[in-house]
Amino acid sequence: MAYSEKVIGHYQNPKNVGTLDKSKSNVGTGLVGAPECGDVMRLQIEVDETTGMIKDAKFKTFGCGSAIASSSLATEWLKGKSIDEAAKIDNMEIVEELHLPPVKIHCSVLAEDAIKAAINDYRKKNGMPELKFEESVVH
Amino acid sequence: MLKLPIYLDHNATTPCDPRVVETMIPYFTNNFGNAASRNHPFGWQAEEAVDNARVQVAKLIGADPKEIIFTSGATEADNLAIKGVYEMYASKGNHIITCNIEHKAVLDTCKHIEKEGGEVTYLKVNPDGLIDLKELEAAIKPTTILIAIMYANNEVGTVMPMKEISALAKKNGILVFSDATQAVGKIPVDVNKDGIDLLAMTAHKMYGPKGIGALYVRRKNPRVKVTAQMDGGGHERGMRSGTLNVPGIVGFGKACELAMLEMDTDAKRLSALRDKLENALINIEEAYVNGSRRYRLPHVTNISFKHVEGEGLLMGFNKDIALSSGSACTSASLEPSYVLKALGLGDDLAHSSLRFGLGRFTTEEQIDYTIEAVTKTVNKLREMSPLWEMYKEGIDLSTIEWAHH
Repeated sequence: MAYSEKVIGHYQNPKNVGTLDKSKSNVGTGLVGAPECGDVMRLQIEVDETTGMIKDAKFKTFGCGSAIASSSLATEWLKGKSIDEAAKIDNMEIVEELHLPPVKIHCSVLAEDAIKAAINDYRKKNGMPELKFEESVVH
Repeated sequence: MLKLPIYLDHNATTPCDPRVVETMIPYFTNNFGNAASRNHPFGWQAEEAVDNARVQVAKLIGADPKEIIFTSGATEADNLAIKGVYEMYASKGNHIITCNIEHKAVLDTCKHIEKEGGEVTYLKVNPDGLIDLKELEAAIKPTTILIAIMYANNEVGTVMPMKEISALAKKNGILVFSDATQAVGKIPVDVNKDGIDLLAMTAHKMYGPKGIGALYVRRKNPRVKVTAQMDGGGHERGMRSGTLNVPGIVGFGKACELAMLEMDTDAKRLSALRDKLENALINIEEAYVNGSRRYRLPHVTNISFKHVEGEGLLMGFNKDIALSSGSACTSASLEPSYVLKALGLGDDLAHSSLRFGLGRFTTEEQIDYTIEAVTKTVNKLREMSPLWEMYKEGIDLSTIEWAHH
């Protein structure tokens, strides 16, 4: 199975690899997946407390090229969005952008889950109720 | 001169040796006869070529030419051996012993036997990838008719103790079948010294063409018979009907002849290259060899690089280097290699494995290039791996409650 050029691009030059200081109250961290499943994503957002906008996003991913590309793309999309806008990112948008084949859809689901987990971690830290998300359809 | 791309997936298939192709070509055009045509020179020529190849194949495994049944490959030979013995020896019993790291062609055939009402024992292997002879002995019953153990494993390259296995079988009057697909032509295999009654092999793993293989079926001490699995013209002593694939058989024969002549030199050269590769790669932090390093094919190594995922790793260099991974990220089940899991590897280490299979045309320059490319990519992906970061911070990953998806 050949990878799309966009997946290869993100794999070769991943955007926003790194770690944010998770002890800061304006940093939300989402860690999803499991080593036994062959995918673990950690996605972090740093929120500007005055504007409520995401000013930085970082990821680290253990997984295949599509998982790395999905998380790299997610961090790019997160920057500059409000956390409410970020919560609306749908995994199918990632699938379309990266031209992921059906066997790789779970990588995009994982990225969506990581975004939501990061947002809820931020909300929890800041005394806001956690958002309830519907279970993603594709797993 | 470094030649790219580099092919290090010789356990999957091998290129045809040009000398093999050369001997095959006339049998597509001028000498196209049907080996079963008894009444004209076209048939005689084809028959002579098949007879000659049968001798070449038999010689390589120390057999008599009459004991070679040509098939379409090892999968068919596995099916014919197991189903054929099960049906032929039904009056003696219905129990088969095999092991859990066999190729799917053996495992799925055994599952088929179970559906038919047969009984199958799947022996476990130890972390070296070898069966325990005591467990084998304990599994033997009065109804056991066949012990089916592979000669060498396709994923980790470990070599089973065939002589000891067949000694136990002989003592109990049980037939021994071995899927020797990965071993024949790579290491010395002798059906008499090894005490094997049925043996499956295929040409395309030993620099021959695809679509041709053979089942060795012993004719003396004891005389073994299998029921045919296809009805037809009664070719191959009635055990495998179908017009013989003459060009394939000629190529297979030539490949066996070459293996016979060059196996020792190939094995010496490749084990030195394999050791160079392996020693360099296990120098990387948290890298482990899977399976026995002692009882192993000379050209194979399987290595896990902890905290990086195999498929992601392959992507770092798969334009230049062809390799296999024990990760199964593309399969619907997301299950990694059952062979590595049977060796006791956790799913995480199985997902992190690469299989290197060197071959006749592998050069030292290619190995040097591979060492550099794999090392570079492992380091790059670890910089990107949350698991590596946690490991470096001293976090015990087994204490984390992972969200399984």
